Amino acid sequence: MKEFLLGKLDAHALPHEWFTIGGTAAFILGAALIIGLITWKKRWTWLWKEWLTSVDPKKIGIMYFIVAGFMLLRGGLDAIMIWLQQALSSGDSYGYLSADHFQQIFTAHGNIMVFFVAMAFIFGLINYIVPLQIGARDLASPFLNTLGFWLYVAGVVMVNMFFALGGEYAATGWLAIAPLSGTQFSPGVGVDYWIWSLQVSGIGTTLGAINFIMTILKMRAPGMTLWKMPLFTWGSLCSMIMAVTVFPLLTATLFLLFFDRYLGMHFFTTDLGGNAMMYTNLIWMWGHPEVYILMLPAFGVFSEIVSTFSRKRMAYYKSNILGMLGVSAFALSVWLHHFFTMGAGANVNAFFGVMTMIIAIPTSVLVFTWIATMYKGRIRFGVPMLWFLGFIGVFSVGGLAGVLLAVPPADFQLHNSLFLVAHFHTMVIGGVLFGIFAGINYWFPKIAGFRLNERIGRYAFWCWIVGFMMSFIPMYTLGIMGATRRLDHYDASTGWQPFYVLMLIGGIIIMIGVALQLVQIIASIMQKQRLRDTTGDPWDGRTLEWATSSPPPPYNLAVIPEITSRDAFFEFKQRGGLPRAKYEAIHMPKNTAAGIYISAFAFLASFAFVWHITWLIVVGIVGIIVCFIARTFNDDLEYTLSAAEVEKIEKNRLKDVRSEPRQGRDDDEDMGLWEFIKIVVTWALGLIGIRRRSHGN
Amino acid sequence: MSKKRETHTHVKMIGSIVLVLAGLALLVAFLLQGKNVALFHPRGMIAHEQLRLMLVTGGLLLVVAVPTLVLLFSTAWKYRESNHRSMHDPHVRYSKLLAVGMWLIPSTFMALLAFIMWPATHKLEPQKPIAADVKPLTVQVVSLPWKWLFIYPDQNIATINHLQLPVDTPVRLQLTADEMPMSSFWVPNLAGMLYAMTGHSNTLHLIANTPGDYPGSSAEINGAGFAGMKFTARVGSSEDFSRWIDTVRASGRPLDAAEYEKLLKPSENHPGALYSAAETGMYDKVLMKYMDPSGSEGHMHHGAHHE
Ligand code: HEM
Ligand SMILES: [Cu+2]
Repeated sequence: MKEFLLGKLDAHALPHEWFTIGGTAAFILGAALIIGLITWKKRWTWLWKEWLTSVDPKKIGIMYFIVAGFMLLRGGLDAIMIWLQQALSSGDSYGYLSADHFQQIFTAHGNIMVFFVAMAFIFGLINYIVPLQIGARDLASPFLNTLGFWLYVAGVVMVNMFFALGGEYAATGWLAIAPLSGTQFSPGVGVDYWIWSLQVSGIGTTLGAINFIMTILKMRAPGMTLWKMPLFTWGSLCSMIMAVTVFPLLTATLFLLFFDRYLGMHFFTTDLGGNAMMYTNLIWMWGHPEVYILMLPAFGVFSEIVSTFSRKRMAYYKSNILGMLGVSAFALSVWLHHFFTMGAGANVNAFFGVMTMIIAIPTSVLVFTWIATMYKGRIRFGVPMLWFLGFIGVFSVGGLAGVLLAVPPADFQLHNSLFLVAHFHTMVIGGVLFGIFAGINYWFPKIAGFRLNERIGRYAFWCWIVGFMMSFIPMYTLGIMGATRRLDHYDASTGWQPFYVLMLIGGIIIMIGVALQLVQIIASIMQKQRLRDTTGDPWDGRTLEWATSSPPPPYNLAVIPEITSRDAFFEFKQRGGLPRAKYEAIHMPKNTAAGIYISAFAFLASFAFVWHITWLIVVGIVGIIVCFIARTFNDDLEYTLSAAEVEKIEKNRLKDVRSEPRQGRDDDEDMGLWEFIKIVVTWALGLIGIRRRSHGN
Repeated sequence: MSKKRETHTHVKMIGSIVLVLAGLALLVAFLLQGKNVALFHPRGMIAHEQLRLMLVTGGLLLVVAVPTLVLLFSTAWKYRESNHRSMHDPHVRYSKLLAVGMWLIPSTFMALLAFIMWPATHKLEPQKPIAADVKPLTVQVVSLPWKWLFIYPDQNIATINHLQLPVDTPVRLQLTADEMPMSSFWVPNLAGMLYAMTGHSNTLHLIANTPGDYPGSSAEINGAGFAGMKFTARVGSSEDFSRWIDTVRASGRPLDAAEYEKLLKPSENHPGALYSAAETGMYDKVLMKYMDPSGSEGHMHHGAHHE
């Protein structure tokens, strides 16, 4: 009976180690705090109606940012724990973590950073910006979009669930390479949590990708041909096409691994005809394109920023697009470079080596188009542009290392060493994360209605750059010294310890950078009146997202203009503003909670799969199906804003618009760090003062 | 920007560049001098060739990358908005030459690299035997939880976590695993790594040209004892080698089936062991354990008659 009710769950699953107790307590406290705050402020209805059930891609984008931001802190904490262990654990000292726990931490770190931070930020940006850039009011399927987001949230909960129940995560590395991830070597629930957190969020990604491809292809403003589309939208389109191509492969691979683990099949086991090499092949056929799925939208962000901040049209626009298309096409045919060392033979290795080198060609073309765009421009070094320059410096190092790794005989020496780890961190941090930071600084005024503090933004940037150099140059060096990745301990005679310590210090400086980014946001909120963007166009922008107010109304553009050129908004400004037209009634999708319910059932089903609770699996799956059917029979999906209502909203907004765009960098009004600290300290003292007084009473 | 502020910025910029270059020089000096820098101090022909290839490739890449980066950063600086001395031109002047050139230049370099890489990949393919006058030494390597078993089939001895090699003699290593996830055999001073997998025999050819002790490990994560799965590759003269064989033969116990069963039990940071004899055909038996007799793959209930 107990087994029927609870499957494999029992008292052992409850937290009983310092990190599971700590993690669980932190999560419960955090949740209690948030719930308390919302209840106290009587904001539940507002939260549910305005946010959680919203189908507005702008709101969903913001929700992606918030969750991804928290996950960035969570993954960052993992990183520091990894480096602390490695800095300590040399010779006779074994650090503060057991090998198993250490391995769980870097696995969780990798998964969280790729799936729940990078992917989520990218999806957030695409959600917010792409519809605005193409002059769409909503998405091809607003419902699929909320569903994708909530499946992502279910994945986030799943990946953290082991703290509360089970106490272990996969200790296999972020791709759970077989046969290590089979029940023979990983009997616990860790790998099951891994499978289901990726499975649920991965399906969300596929749905999101289909939706954005449809949206970009079908819902562009009249006149906006593919060759007039903004480059961020182009990058997103390439990325989403790659995602629908390879994510089903991930889903299938995860299912096969799940069959092995749950039903005792032998796809990837060592015995009974299982073929573990097949797993490596399948997972990398998805895994390599995945890194470019993250990278392409970031390329697009940089193209937008370079063009805007150089006050020039993008030069060699078509070459840039061909570059992105080339990267996408070739990225599908290079996966074998992740396992040259499996021993496939010289011809196979050399072939995939050549394919990999070919990718460097379109990538370099992108760099040349950026140089040509800056040439004779008027370049403003705002914070987004700083991130671009930082990206170029760091990404080039990573790219060179990548081409070196593409030479099979060199890879035999560098594979699975810290050199490889340094390569992909220079790519993923320097490329994707810097792109995200650049994009957030660039589009923040559009999203929030006020721009971010530039001064503290610059401090954060420099902390990131210095910290990054301090951690990743030693990491490359360690690779050359022969240090393999994922070591929880090493001999003192290796001479590696100073470099690990440097990495830790670099990591701490990066953390200071992250803290400064939080300070940047808080300081900007404190000064938001002064930083307010009343024009909707704070950077003298060129694309349509700047043609509407900041933040935009739910329907984005009241009147969708006929597009005649790329940099559409810039052309309109040259000709004296957007064409005036009569307001018309606008149909908008209604909010729906169906995505939340389906994801909740999906979560229950996957949780039940982890713990073998059959009745709950049935409940979950039936629940999903019922919700889908209910949603299909619901045809009250839209509401209408009448022309008069639209006019009223627009009148209100135009009243505030100062027509002349801001010139240059005027960050003298931004508060500095000292001012911020002074304000916070005064405020804190005030709090204490108040409490003292009330004690006195 | 005021004149003073501009000079200040210049000083800061030049200062940072000098600092970075000094740091790089220090790093290069360390890489060349440090005795612990395995990849830059190859002790065998294969590792040596691999290093050469890395340096040639890296050098070629820098030839394109450095000018590109200098061009990018100097363009960004030259056309900064506050610089009133440089020409601004808000229009893009399209040049066909440039449009073609930006594809042609990287393509040429990558073609050049590919031409270097293709033959090198064949030459340094680990399965390829190393040509030499001396008869090659065969060592069979089994990745066990979490230690390395080295079987010398011709000498009929075995060791745990100790790989003795005669200098200047080609070595043929056969790699597999037993009751272990994928592992990766790596002695960076001697040659690149290769995976050791159950049911699969991989061949790695290498040669040691300088006597000494070189650290080896698994480069692929394979469970809790992963970090402690280390061994020493000891390279000595061929006399040293024969003497060592004799000592091993004289010492300790043989590696029989019972002892092997014990080795299959997981153990961490294994101190190493020597076996005076090894059962013949042990390596093949380990391989056969995972072979599917019908030769087909992926069937659920296949091979149940093993038991
Ligand atoms: C010029 C472009 C690039 C080249 C030539 C390149 C080449 C390579 C090669 C050959 C490997 C395999 C090395 C090994 O396992 O031994 C690799 C690994 C990797 N690369 Fe790149 N890469 C490039 C761009 C990128 C980008 C843009 C990203 C991410 C946004 C990225 C992320 C990664 C990751 C995550 C891994 C390995 C992960 C693992 O083994 O766990 N790379 N790259
Ligand atoms: Cu790859």
